[in-house]
Amino acid sequence: MNKIVSLLCGIVFGIGLVISEMINPEKVLGFLNIFKDWDPSLAFVMIGALIVSTPAFHLFKNKKKPLFSSNFLISSNKEIDKKLIIGSVLFGGGWGLIGLCPGPAITSLALLNMSSAFFVTSMFAGFYIASKVN
Amino acid sequence: MNIVNFTPLSALLGGLLIGLSVALFFILNGRMIGISGIASNFLVSKDNRLENFLFLIGLILGPLIYSFTTSKEINISISNSLSLLVIAGILVGFGTRLSNGCTSGHGISGISRFSLRSIIATITFMIVGIITVLITGIL
Repeated sequence: MNKIVSLLCGIVFGIGLVISEMINPEKVLGFLNIFKDWDPSLAFVMIGALIVSTPAFHLFKNKKKPLFSSNFLISSNKEIDKKLIIGSVLFGGGWGLIGLCPGPAITSLALLNMSSAFFVTSMFAGFYIASKVN
Repeated sequence: MNIVNFTPLSALLGGLLIGLSVALFFILNGRMIGISGIASNFLVSKDNRLENFLFLIGLILGPLIYSFTTSKEINISISNSLSLLVIAGILVGFGTRLSNGCTSGHGISGISRFSLRSIIATITFMIVGIITVLITGIL
């Protein structure tokens, strides 16, 4: 059952990225372009997502177990360290260069766009390098 | 500053769907969604590999199902500079794993949990993204 949930959640997430246009790098770069021609739309993506996910998390976090799995997996990492800051700086730089973050990048593969494919391949290379370094 | 191309309703609606996906994945499967974590774990770890794979396939099916059911075309505009795509891709992949989260993992799931770590990560990558766009706009 949890396999079906994974597939369905992926589909709903992907459709959310399409409807919100977060899948479009131009839209993301417009959101980050606050000093010139600013498109504030993507702030509403975050608000929309948090309105649903925040209460869901707090209502269910103290339940014994999720419906289709043996236990909840919640990050216990509270450390605010160099890795967190340096990683976020590198990510923010890459995000601002092209306008793609991991979710929209993978979702945009559906459009058979060569640029997306190059980006995603490089992103996976980045994942691999990080797994070897960490 | 000029406000341009503002589409708050579709952004909010898309955001609600993303939030719904995060909520269901947590309530049903017990995990908080972070796409960089799901994608990178699919690559390097055997744990939950099929589950992670199916989620990623779902992401790619999303636009296909959307265009099929609405008959709407999805248009994106993206750089075609190979060097820029490769550099940015590596930065995004490496950076999100070093900090253990991306726009979804820190920006949505982490902030939902009121995690200070995620709030700081989100503010950091947003500010650096804004500075990057500012600099590339000048160059």
